[in-house]
Amino acid sequence: MMERTKLDLWVGAFVVAGIAALVVLALKVGNLSTYNVSETYQLQAYFNNVGGLKATASVRSAGVLVGRVTSITLDTERYEAKVTMSIDKRYQFPKDTFANILTSGLLGEQYIGLLPGGEDEMLAEGGEFKKTQSAIVVEELIGKFMFNKTDSSN
Amino acid sequence: MSALVEINDVNFSYDQRAILKGINMSFGKGKVIAVMGGSGCGKTTLLRLIGGALKPTRGAIKIDGQTIHELDDRGLYEMRRKMGVLFQFGALFTDMSVFDNVAFQMREHTNLPEDIIHDLVMLKLHAVGLRGTHDLMPAELSGGMARRVALARTVALDPMLILYDEPFAGLDPISLSVVGQLIRRLNDALGATSVVVTHDVQESLKIVDYVYFIADGVIVAEGTPDAIRASDKPFVHQFVHGEMDGPIPFHYPGTTSYAQDLKVSV
Amino acid sequence: MSDAYCQEFACSNLVVKELFASGVMSLIIIGVAGMFVGMVLGLQGFETLKRYGSESALGSLVALSLVRELGPVLAALLFASRAGSAMTAEIGLMKATEQIAAMEMMAVSPIARVVAPRFWAGVISMPLLAAIFSAMGVFGGYVVGVVLIGVDEGSFWSQMQATVDFQADIMNGVIKSFVFGFAVTVIALFEGFDAPPTAEGVSGATTRTVVQSSLAILMLDVILTAFMFRGA
Repeated sequence: MMERTKLDLWVGAFVVAGIAALVVLALKVGNLSTYNVSETYQLQAYFNNVGGLKATASVRSAGVLVGRVTSITLDTERYEAKVTMSIDKRYQFPKDTFANILTSGLLGEQYIGLLPGGEDEMLAEGGEFKKTQSAIVVEELIGKFMFNKTDSSN
Repeated sequence: MSALVEINDVNFSYDQRAILKGINMSFGKGKVIAVMGGSGCGKTTLLRLIGGALKPTRGAIKIDGQTIHELDDRGLYEMRRKMGVLFQFGALFTDMSVFDNVAFQMREHTNLPEDIIHDLVMLKLHAVGLRGTHDLMPAELSGGMARRVALARTVALDPMLILYDEPFAGLDPISLSVVGQLIRRLNDALGATSVVVTHDVQESLKIVDYVYFIADGVIVAEGTPDAIRASDKPFVHQFVHGEMDGPIPFHYPGTTSYAQDLKVSV
Repeated sequence: MSDAYCQEFACSNLVVKELFASGVMSLIIIGVAGMFVGMVLGLQGFETLKRYGSESALGSLVALSLVRELGPVLAALLFASRAGSAMTAEIGLMKATEQIAAMEMMAVSPIARVVAPRFWAGVISMPLLAAIFSAMGVFGGYVVGVVLIGVDEGSFWSQMQATVDFQADIMNGVIKSFVFGFAVTVIALFEGFDAPPTAEGVSGATTRTVVQSSLAILMLDVILTAFMFRGA
């Protein structure tokens, strides 16, 4: 049998290598480094249609990551999608900020883009974006396009 | 009553096949007892019953006043700590050195400090004459040496009952008599009781106090070695003298006659 | 010391010994295999992505396939044939040479002494090996994609980070490899104990371990993937 200390050393090295690999995956490959450990506050927005938006999708303003979508539920009073997102405390947004569901690239992931307005008053914890624009649903777009085509051909 | 092991009317069947039928035995304290019989006569089954690895279908085995098959797991483990078993080919742990093999039970069952364990292991190895092998691995030992190391491991915790399953199988004449002498000497030194299951007649008759013969699951003869040697029962006579034909026939019984098989008419 | 169940200290030593046997001994095959798989992903991925002009997505393609699927699954398959088969053969031989029976007769539980340390070692080392496999794979993909082919290094990493989610992808991969490690060790231990005490018996059991663990890994992967990445 191998010497005890040598055995312990090898196994220790193995465990360290394994954990190091996990850390590399988390920080270098994954987005753990972009997960905000800083404090966040919750904001809401209602959309007619969220399209392919998912929880954990990013929330960006001027292309900068400012937060993440935490949950998407259907509000049965308004029959609209209620999207809750947690926003980094460092960033404040005016009350008349536009929340749009956008797509990164032609077929990329969907995210929420925030377009700040000009009001002085800022949204606080639990606040709501009043102005929203839903996701563009490709089927509807195609449908509309075809409908217009047949219309005009008549 | 000085019997350590009492076997009362023990029956055991395996899948409807009766292996032991109404065995009665009694092993006195301090004795070395041989259980003999041809291959496949149920000797090893008897050992397993005594060790509590199997439960008798009928009857009971009492060791030191306790009925083995009625013990719960904990009780059985307590009982086994007072027993030593030498398996057919030693069954040394192949991933441990000779030293660690002998020290195994001391480390598992006692709180002895490592320097005392070291001394005890050396004592046990010295008793079997193999102190010099302590840092070898079991694969580096000859068959006879492995058997002796296994013997040292068996008596590591000074058991009151030692069971030997074919201790002489596959040994050369020298190792054979060494192991035989060790079985006797260790038994007397420890004041233990030993049960030797074997088919090696000559060697065991030299060292044991009492012999049981088993054939077809029943005891066919018993007695002291002298009585056995002098016995005129045909089975015992055949067994002791290794005769080719007798109550145990040379020919396996077939359904057709020899003449029929060769297609000759008589 | 009251009973046959081993002390905590002795047990941890046994686990360390088994971690060496199953984990450390599998390191090289896992690392090298991971690197090669990552390189192939880099080559094939580049050829495919080039047609759509999205070579910059190479990083995310390599990383996502590795952390979600190939890392846990391939590492587990290699683990089954490297460590699982060894486990079965070892226990099968211990049983055939009556070492297990001897242990029982010495009032030492083979479950605590033989099974438990191997089980824990398998369950602990599998996620670590899968992580090493994926990390080596990403490195292999980087070598092929960035160093050899010349994909832009910045977009390689940033695209990767933008698409690989720590919880949804990496942690789910870790959970998968836990489950696979559990399945492989349970199968290997069972087959070892179940092996007939003959040469053919042990070799048959070793083969069964590899075949059954491989099927179990792939089947569990379907089920886990269906639950984890549904709608993602």
